[in-house]
Amino acid sequence: MNAPLSKLAAAAAPEETSLYEVRRKIYPRAVHGWFAGWRWALVWITQIIYYGGPWLTWNDRQAVLFDIVHRKFFIFGLVFWPQDIVYLAVLLIISALALFLFTAVAGRLWCGFTCPQTVYTEIFMWVERIVEGDRNARIRLDKERFSKKKIVRKGAKHAVWILLSLWTGFTFVGYFTPIKELWSEALTFSFGPWEAFWVLFYGFATYGNAGWMREQVCKYMCPYARFQSAMFDKDTLIITYDRGRGEPRGKAGSKGAGDCVDCGICVQACPTGIDIRDGLQYECIGCAACIDGCDQVMSRLARPRGLIRYSTTHAMEGKKTRVLRPRVLVYSAILLAIAAAVTASLYLRVPLKVDVIRDRAALAREVGDEIENVYRLQIMNTTEQQRLYEIGVRGLKDIEIKGDSRVTVEPASSRMVPVRVRVERDEVAPGTHRIEFEVRAVGAEAIAVRESSVFMVR
Amino acid sequence: MSQFTSGFWDIYIGVLTVVSVVACALFLKSQSVRKAPGPADTTGHTWDGDLAEYNNPLPRWWSWLFYITIVFSLGYLILYPGLGSWSGTLGWSQVGQLKQEQELALKRYGPLYEKFAATEIEALVKNADALGIGQKLFLNNCAQCHASDGGGARGFPNLADMDWLWGGTPEAIKTTIAEGRTGMMPAWGQALGEQRVKDVAHYVRSLSGLTHDSIRAARGKEDFDKTCIACHGQQGKGNTAMGAPDLTDKVWLHGSAEDRLIDTISRGRVDLMPAHKEKLSGAQIHLLTAYVYSLSRSGVAIPHRK
Repeated sequence: MNAPLSKLAAAAAPEETSLYEVRRKIYPRAVHGWFAGWRWALVWITQIIYYGGPWLTWNDRQAVLFDIVHRKFFIFGLVFWPQDIVYLAVLLIISALALFLFTAVAGRLWCGFTCPQTVYTEIFMWVERIVEGDRNARIRLDKERFSKKKIVRKGAKHAVWILLSLWTGFTFVGYFTPIKELWSEALTFSFGPWEAFWVLFYGFATYGNAGWMREQVCKYMCPYARFQSAMFDKDTLIITYDRGRGEPRGKAGSKGAGDCVDCGICVQACPTGIDIRDGLQYECIGCAACIDGCDQVMSRLARPRGLIRYSTTHAMEGKKTRVLRPRVLVYSAILLAIAAAVTASLYLRVPLKVDVIRDRAALAREVGDEIENVYRLQIMNTTEQQRLYEIGVRGLKDIEIKGDSRVTVEPASSRMVPVRVRVERDEVAPGTHRIEFEVRAVGAEAIAVRESSVFMVR
Repeated sequence: MSQFTSGFWDIYIGVLTVVSVVACALFLKSQSVRKAPGPADTTGHTWDGDLAEYNNPLPRWWSWLFYITIVFSLGYLILYPGLGSWSGTLGWSQVGQLKQEQELALKRYGPLYEKFAATEIEALVKNADALGIGQKLFLNNCAQCHASDGGGARGFPNLADMDWLWGGTPEAIKTTIAEGRTGMMPAWGQALGEQRVKDVAHYVRSLSGLTHDSIRAARGKEDFDKTCIACHGQQGKGNTAMGAPDLTDKVWLHGSAEDRLIDTISRGRVDLMPAHKEKLSGAQIHLLTAYVYSLSRSGVAIPHRK
C-alpha cells in the first residue's frame, strides 16, 4: 500500500507543511457497461428490500419489526426474544466469514457493489448527474460564479438528496417502530422526540456520507476497507491494468505505442480519484468503473477489451491462478458449517422458554407429613397463539405439584407462575436433590421444555 | 463534595480540567504542522528489513473533529457540573434526573393502577387483570419473605391460610401493607426462670392438643394466667389488635416443638413487617391488598402447618 510519488514530491518542497490534507473534490465520470449494470442491479435489489421490507405484513403485524420497547424481534414467522441474541451473533459471524470468502476470491466485491456507502453514493451521483450534468458540466458549474442558474441547480440537487435521505431515515426507523403508524405521524408532523431524532440522524448520515463524504468514508473511516487487504493473496481477483499490453502509452496509431491511449477515462471514472495504472492501491474499492470506461474506449478503437480487467497477480505474472486454494476452502467450509448449524437450530427451535427460579427465603416447609418447596416458573410463550401449558415435575419418589398445574400464557408474552412442589417427608433424605420441571403445551406435544432445579429437605 | 472541608479541591479539579482542555487545543495546533520532511516521506519505522510506514496526511475534516470535541467539552462544562463545585447552568443532577424519571413513570404507569383504585376489594378478587397486576407487585415486593406463593416461612406469616395475626379484613390487610407491623413478644426467661418457662411451654402445647406433660402444663397454667393472657387472652385465642397469635390452632409462626416454644417464651420475639406507603402508591397498595386477600379465598388455600 504505497502513496503515489507525485504526492510526496509536492509535500517535500515547503519548509513547514500541514499534517492535514485538504480534500480534493472528485467528479466521477459516468460509464456504462457490464459492471455498471451489475451495480445498478444490486442497487435495485438491496433498495427494494430495504425500502419495501417494513411495509410487508405477516400474521396481521409488520413482517419485519425490531420492537425494542417490548423486546420482541419479528422476522416473518420467527419471533426472537432477547435470549436469542446468539442468533444475532451467529448472523454477524456468517456475514464476516462471507466477507472473508468473497474478498479472498474476488477482492473488494462487497465494497464495489453492495456496501450501503457505494449504493447510496451511486444513487446520489445519479441525481447529481441528472440535475447538474456529467463530469465536465459539473466541474464547469463549480467553477462558475454564483448565478441564478447555479443556485437553482445546486438547490434542486440538495433538495432531492435531502428528500431521499429523509425517506431513508424514515424507513430505518420504520424497522423499529411500526411504519404505518410512523407514516401517519409523519403526515401530521407528530413524531415523538426519539423518532424525530433517529429519522433526522439517519437521514443526516445518509446525506452527509453519500452526498459529501463519499470516498472519504472508504479511505479514512471504514475499518473493513483496511483489513480486507489482509485477505488478498496472489490468486485474488483484483482490478488490474495490463501493463505489458498497455505500455508505453501513446496516441492510437503512433509508432511503438502500447494499447493504452492515455485517454484518462479510467482516472475520470474512478470514484476514489486514483489511477489504476499505478497498480493496486488501498483506495481502490473494486467498483470496476475503470474497466467499463476502458472497455468503452477499446471497443471504439476496435481493440480487444480487457486492458483493465479483473485478474490476479499470478495471472499477470504468467502463472496459473488457483481458485480452490486452502484459504478459500477453509472459509467456505466454516461458512457452510455455521450456516447449516444455524438453519438446523432455527428449524428445531422450541417456541417456549422456561426459567426456574427457586424461592430463596423459604428453603423448605413442613406441611403435615410432607415437605414443600416453592419455585417461580417464568414461562415465555414465543408463539403468536395463546397457549395452555401443563407443568410437570419429576426426580423424586411421589413428587407432585400442589395446586393448579395448568397455566395459560398470552401470545408472545411471558408469565411468572409460583409453583408448590411436595414430597413425603419419610421418602427423602435431608439435603438437596436434583429435580426436573417439564412444561408442555397442551395440544402441541412437540412444544416442551425441561429445566432442572433443586429440591431441599431439612 | 461534602467530604471535603475546604474549597481547595474544588478549585484544584476545576483548574486541572480547564488547563487540560486548553493544553489539548494547543497541542492539536502545534502538532498539525511539521518541519519539511526528508526525501522519503516515511515515519522512519522499519520492520522486516524493508517494510516502511508512509506518513500520509490525514484529511483536514478529521482535525475539525478534534476541535469540535474541545468546543463540546467547554460547552459541556458550562451546562453541566464538572468544574469543581460548579453545578452547571442547566441545574442537572443525578438525583434530579431520577426524580424526573420517577414522575414520568408515575404519569405513564399510574393510570394502570388508578383504574382499579375505586373498585371494592371484594370485587377486585374476581378481576383477573387486577389480580395479575397484584401478583406482579407481590412477587416484586413481598415474595422475598412471604414466598412466591404467599405461603410464608418460619418467622414470616402464611398469607394463604385463614389465620391472620393482625386481622384478615381488606382494611386490616391494607393497613398492614401501608403502615407495617411490629409484633412484640417480651422475653420471660429472666422473670420466670428455666423450669417455669418449660412449664408454660407445655401448657401452650396442651392448648392445641399437642403432646405434653400434664403436670408441667398444670403448673404452667398459673404463670400463663398471670403473664400471657394480657395479650394472648384467657383461652389463648390471641388478639389481632396487637398481633398476638392464636395459640389454640395448628398454625405456628416460630414452630411448635418444645425447644422452639421455650426459646420463644424465654427470649421473646420481634417480628417486623416494613411499611410500604413510601414505596408504593395508594393504588398499588389497593391492588396488592386485593391479591393478598384473594390468596386465602381462592379455594386452594394452603392447609395449616406446624
